[in-house]
Order: sequence, then structure tokens, then C-alpha cells
Amino acid sequence: MSRSNAAGISLASMWVGFTAFVVAALLGVYQVIERIDLIPGLKSPELYFGSVSTHGVLMAFVLTTFLVMGYGYYTATTSLDQALWNKPLAWFGFWLAVIGVLLAAGPLLTGNASVLYTFYPPLQAHPAFYLGATLLVVGSWVWCLQMVMMMTTWKKANPGETVPLAMYGTTANAILWFITSLGVAAEVLFQLLPWSLGIIETVDVGLARTLFSWTLHAIVYFWLFPAYIALYTLLPRAAGGRLFSDQMGRLAFILLLVFSVPIGFHHLYMDPFQAAGWKFLHMMGTFMVAVPTLITGFTIIASLEIAGKLRGGKGLFGWIGALPWGNPMVLAAILALLMLTFGGFGGMINASYAMNTMVHNTQWVTGHFHLIFGGTTVIMYFAIAYYLWPKMTGRALYSTRMALHQLWLWFIGMLILTLPWHQLGLAGQPRRISSTPYDESFVQAWLPAESAMIVGGAILFISALMLVYNLFRTHGNAQAEASLEVEYAEPLHAIQRMPHLMNSFGFWVLLVIVYMVASYGYPIAQFFLMDTYGTVPWSI
Amino acid sequence: MFGDPLKSICEDPLERKWIWISLFLAFFMAGMLGFYALAGNIHPPSNVETIDSSRLHLSEEFAEDKLGVTTNADGSLTVTLVAARYGFYPPVIEVPADTPVTFRIASADVLHGVHVPFTNMTTMIVPGYISEVRTSFPRTGEFSLLCNEYCGLGHDSMWSRLVVVPKSAGGASS
Repeated sequence: MSRSNAAGISLASMWVGFTAFVVAALLGVYQVIERIDLIPGLKSPELYFGSVSTHGVLMAFVLTTFLVMGYGYYTATTSLDQALWNKPLAWFGFWLAVIGVLLAAGPLLTGNASVLYTFYPPLQAHPAFYLGATLLVVGSWVWCLQMVMMMTTWKKANPGETVPLAMYGTTANAILWFITSLGVAAEVLFQLLPWSLGIIETVDVGLARTLFSWTLHAIVYFWLFPAYIALYTLLPRAAGGRLFSDQMGRLAFILLLVFSVPIGFHHLYMDPFQAAGWKFLHMMGTFMVAVPTLITGFTIIASLEIAGKLRGGKGLFGWIGALPWGNPMVLAAILALLMLTFGGFGGMINASYAMNTMVHNTQWVTGHFHLIFGGTTVIMYFAIAYYLWPKMTGRALYSTRMALHQLWLWFIGMLILTLPWHQLGLAGQPRRISSTPYDESFVQAWLPAESAMIVGGAILFISALMLVYNLFRTHGNAQAEASLEVEYAEPLHAIQRMPHLMNSFGFWVLLVIVYMVASYGYPIAQFFLMDTYGTVPWSI
Repeated sequence: MFGDPLKSICEDPLERKWIWISLFLAFFMAGMLGFYALAGNIHPPSNVETIDSSRLHLSEEFAEDKLGVTTNADGSLTVTLVAARYGFYPPVIEVPADTPVTFRIASADVLHGVHVPFTNMTTMIVPGYISEVRTSFPRTGEFSLLCNEYCGLGHDSMWSRLVVVPKSAGGASS
């Protein structure tokens, strides 16, 4: 197998992502301390909401987008054994996204974009913030195009052959991201940007929120996809076994592509302006999107069981102890699955139409997505980095021991941070507050859980520093990496004949379009059919 | 006998069994929630009604002297509220326990939310639209109406009072 020509752009992308990550983790520590009025001199809503907005943008838009692009480029070139489709264009997309981030950083860091990463019109940010976000998204579309073109050209060159699972998943994610980013793109291009430039006077907040919901759910699957791709295609081999089923991976990727976009209204359950019937329809779809995750849980655990038994593990649970816990990929995967289980239970409550009432916009929700995203997803980003850094740099990982400690700390810190948050939510604490000037009875009851979250935040920050230190030192490691080849997992049953539908996307994209028209067509059209009143801009 | 329709995409019988279990779980949960929503008519607040948020003071319903608690002919209550940075108006609401209450709320400026912890009274308040929540309060006491959506730098301080009095006391005076 020839050496990938994507190592440069992959490393550059992932470094941008992890740099954003460390800055955001530091802001997180400040936020948990400020939020509970621990140090009176620190109290400042200006700083706090600026920090929360920056933390959200860096974690949810910058870390994720750059990591997905970097991992995607490397996966495409190595799994297909094919050069980048258009390398100059890939770098163009990268720089476009970097310029977007820098452009948005100005207003964010000066408190002129404290509108949180979900934008929240009619609060208005500086136009450079919206423009920066747009460039980041357009830069990522270049990546989408590359992935689709690489799969297409590979299929032309290899007629009748099955697209490797890693590439099939990466392309599914590229298509998913393109479709789901159209919602926020429409909101920014037709509403927020012209409004912030004074070209239009008002925005319809109901329409803006509906468009954002189009993006808001599937974006989390855009973030999660790399984690699932690593679980299916890197983990089984790293654990010393085989993938239980290649087809189930494909099925999971297809189901995520089809079901994750047209269900965004579970973010709008509590909003007026959309009728209950539409919310009901979206709730049904929301439960269907649990199916690919349940399938993934089974397939990955079954793959680990194969590995454990091949390594001599006996009995119903003996294989768990026989797994190579000292391998960062294996350890991260186990911890990721544990956090996915906790987070999944909470997610069922958020998704259910009526029960969501008790937790909507409380700290419970913050706990939920920090577990699933900050926990499951990001810990797999670490595992991907530890696995790929030696392949991309040619240098052995600086310290595997430090990597293992870092992963454990991340897991422990995340549980200490998020489990109390669930409890705070049930005890009535709103999310997105910078202080607690409420009834004494509330504030007293919240104190123990709030103290715990400071410990959690500090542990997570130490863990974040260990990650970047280890990756940084790997570049200068004198010891060369023994094998530069990315070793993709072999399926237990060799692929005999792959059904056409599981080796292509045309039909599924058509299905998403039909489903989208059904679930978003009228809810968007209604804003043009009824008399609505736009809202003028408000400063924070 | 019918063959397993999943057989064409999955060879392993164990895996197929698991897919059926996954599908059952998803349909079961969605079915339960769907059944209770439809049978009990339990839906989240989903009123579709527009209003010009910049002219609330000129509107029939949300002008300053119209706000507060009114008793309807059937004994139920309507609570008309305006959410504006940084408070709910009127700032104190008193209602009797175990009485159907319909909240009608409009924003005078930006996005807000309202949540009364330990009750099921909650909704988003979106400028340009009227939010409506129907509920009743079984427990008496002093509750807090918290703004639960970021609305600007003073957001933390945006909360007001809901007092639920015993039904015999009459209530409905605010």
C-alpha cells in the first residue's frame, strides 16, 4: 500500500481542531467557577456569556469540523488506497475554514457575538461572526465534495467491488453534513447576515428557529460519525479480533443518514409557532434514530467479545478482562460505550414529547450532551488521534502510558461534571445562567452538585493538556513508528456479495429528500402563508 | 412460513435477532409515548398564533391594564403575561390550586422561556408569536417563574413569583 498523500492536510486540520479544544476546555474551567458565584470578584455576565459563546463555537463547530475533515481525508486516501481527488482544492477549503474561524474570533472574544453558538435571533451579533461561520461551513462543503468524488472515482476504477466500510461511512457523513448544513446556511444567508448588515430590517424568529432545527439534530451525528467509523473499522483490529458484521455497519450508517435530519423538531417541543402534530411526527422519527445506535452497540460489543475470546478470555464475562485495556483505542471505546449508555438513557427522556417538559432548558440538557458529545464522541476523537498521529508523522506515540491516564481522567472528569448536572436540572436549575440570584431554597439545594462540577471541570482541563502535550511531543519523538499502514478491521464473515443499495447512496439521498419535504415542507411554508411579524435587532 | 426479510442484508442469525429487538424497542417506546399523547391528549405547548411584539401596548390582549389573572365564565382562569427584559409582568401571580389555568404569554423584545420548577408549567416565548400553556397546580405554595432561555446579560435576574393558594381561598386576585 502506498503512503497517503493526505497526512499534511489531516495533521493541519486536526491540530486546528485540538488547539480550539484546549482553549475551549480552559474557558470551561472558568465557567464552572464563575457560574456558582464562588469568587465574587469574578462575577461578570459580559465575560461569562462571551466565554460560553466561544466555548460552544470552538467545541461544536471548530473542533468537530476540523477533526471530521482531517480524519476523513486520511480515511479516504488510506482505505481506498487512492490519492486525494484535488489536493489544492482541499487546502483551499481548509484555509477558507481557518479564515472563517479567525473572522468569527474577533467579535466572539470582544463580546460582540455573545449570542451563543445557536445564534439566538433577535439578539444580534457583529456581521463578522455570521460571515465567519458561513466561511467555516463553505470550507467544510469542499471536504464533502472531495469525499463524494473520491468514492465515485474509486467505484468507476473498481467496478463491482465493495466500497470499504470506512469510506462508506465517511461518505455517508459528508452527504449528511451537506444536507443538514443547508438549514443553518439558509438562516444565515437569507436572514441573519443581511439583517446584521442592515439590508433587511427584521427577521422572523419562528422561521429562523425552524431552519436552525433542520441543522441542530443531524449536526450531532456529523460529530458522532468519526467515533462510529473508528469503532467499526479500527477498534476490532486494535483489540485483536474481527468486526462482527460489515453489513451492519453499513446499515447503521444508512439509517443515520436517513433518519437524523428530518427529526429536528424535538428541539422545538416547547416552542410556539409549530403545531403539535408536526412535533409528534418528528418524535416518532427521533425514536427510529435510536435503532442504528442500538445496532452499533451490539455489533461493537460482539466484536470486542470475539477479540477477548481470541485472547483466551473464557465464559460469559471473562472476555472483558482479557481485552487489551492497555491499548488506547480499546480503552477509549469501552469508556465511550459506557458514557453512551448513560447519555442514551437521558436522551430517551429528552426525546419524549411529554417528559421533556420537566427537563427542557434545564442543566439536565447540558449534562446530557456533555456526556454524549464531550464524553462518547470526543473520547473517540482522542483514540483516533493516538492511533493516527504515529501513522501521519512516522514517529511512535510519545507516551502510551500518558495516553491511558489521559483517557481515564477524561472519563472520570466527565462523570463528575455531568451526573450532578442531571441532578441540578431535575432540581430546577436553568442552563445558560451566569449566576444564581434565585430563592435561597434553590441555591442551597444546588450547592453540593455545583461544587462537584468544579472538580470535574478541573480534571477535564488537565486531561485536555495531557492530550495536546502527548501529541505535540510525538512530532519530535526519536523513535520511528514501526508500521505506517492503517490497519482496517476484517469482518468475521468475508463479504460475498454486497447489495447495490448498501454500496451506493443515490436511493438513500432521494429518500432523505422525500422525508425532508414531508416533515419540513409545510412547517417552513406556513411562515409564508400566514401574516407574520418580524423582529428588529436587539443588542445583548 | 415467512422467511426473515432481513436475511438478504445480514447473514448472522444472532445479529438479525438483535435488529428485531432494536426495532421492537424503538417502536415500543415511540408507541407508548404516542399512545399516552393521543389517549390523554398530552401535548407540549404548540400554539400557532402571531402578534406584533413591538406593538404589544396597543394590542387588545397584552396592553398593560389587561395583564394578570382573569376568571372565565366556566370557572377556569386565564393568565395574561408579558415577558420583557428582565422580568415577567405582572411580577406576582396568584392562582387557586386544582383549577384549570391557561397562560397566554407574549414577548415584548427577544427570545425568552418560562419554567416553574417542580410543576409542568413551561414554554418558550418567541417574539412575533403568542405562547399558550394549559395546566393546573395541584400543590399550594410559593413558586418561582424562571426565565429559562438566554435573553441578554441580565438573564439570570429574570424571574418572578407564582403563588398557588388553597382553592377555598378563592385566589384570582393579582
